[in-house]
Amino acid sequence: MSKFRKKKLGGSDQINTSALPDIIFMLLFFFMVTTVLREQDVLVDQKIPQSSQLQKLQNKTLISYIFIGKPKNTSLYGSEPRVQANDVLISSPEIVQWVNQERDKLPEADRGSITISMKVDKDVKMGPISDVQTELRNADARKVLYASTKKLDKE
Amino acid sequence: MARSKNRMSNEINAGSMADIAFLLLIFFLVTTTIASDKGILNVLPPKQDPNVPPPDIKKNERNIFNVLINANNDLLVEGEYRRTAAGLDKDFKDFIMNFGAPDEDAAALYNTLPASLQSQAQRKPDSSDHPGEAVISIKTNRGTNYAVFLEVFDLAKKAYFDVYSERVGLTSEQYRALTGDDEASKALQDKGKEGIPMAISIAEPDKVGGN
Repeated sequence: MSKFRKKKLGGSDQINTSALPDIIFMLLFFFMVTTVLREQDVLVDQKIPQSSQLQKLQNKTLISYIFIGKPKNTSLYGSEPRVQANDVLISSPEIVQWVNQERDKLPEADRGSITISMKVDKDVKMGPISDVQTELRNADARKVLYASTKKLDKE
Repeated sequence: MARSKNRMSNEINAGSMADIAFLLLIFFLVTTTIASDKGILNVLPPKQDPNVPPPDIKKNERNIFNVLINANNDLLVEGEYRRTAAGLDKDFKDFIMNFGAPDEDAAALYNTLPASLQSQAQRKPDSSDHPGEAVISIKTNRGTNYAVFLEVFDLAKKAYFDVYSERVGLTSEQYRALTGDDEASKALQDKGKEGIPMAISIAEPDKVGGN
């Protein structure tokens, strides 16, 4: 009995927390690695063209994305460029409906300033893009952002 | 009590490390965003009412800078064949700042410009009258590659942003980063644009080489 008591007196009465930061760091890294912000499968090819005069949009909530490109699964969707909104490929006449759906998600004051970010593959021709733009005009969503990445100057 | 105080601890207190890591964790959770919300802004024209005929715009041919891009991605710039778009930004800028026949307002505008921009006015009679009149028109075929169109559109934007930024004494990069949220940046933005509207017209593509 006395043996045990002696040993206990020497020990500290605090829990050793030195491993806690490691655990938290592990959590941190786990979240940093696994966080996927947009749970969206892009069904079309996306090689975004480069340009120099980029502008950044301030209000990200106002942006809705539209993807245009050759379908990745050509056996299912064919090889002609298609338009993807949300998770599905849609045809041009459905765009008006989609824009209205997206607009309804926004607070009432912001509905006029909805911006469509067009992520268009390099190899798409102007024809489909012009069709989409005509539909966007019909839906009165006239602010368009041609998504693009920074071009490095070679001067 | 007194005894435990005197005893030296041989470990650094690492309890607050967890808090720091938590802060970091929350910081990352909150600030991580997709970095791909950059691009070239464009505002489409309003929907055309089929009952109202399109307005008949009479503009002098010299005030319109025509760029045609055909289905082979060749360019026709003011009636002149070009293979690539390289150097087009310089031509756009010369065209906008030509001041061929300025009216009173434009002459006043000219006097407010910094000397570096004034010296760029070439005053050619066959180019634009003044920046308020100048329009850059880009027309494509349905078969034109999007990448080529975007390149030309980008260069047209570059010409305007170069003028704006030079006017307020910023680099083009800094000017484009202006948000217009606060008074100071709004004032700068407006000062750059004043009297020089960004007039880039994108014509409806015609049906060649596409579907």
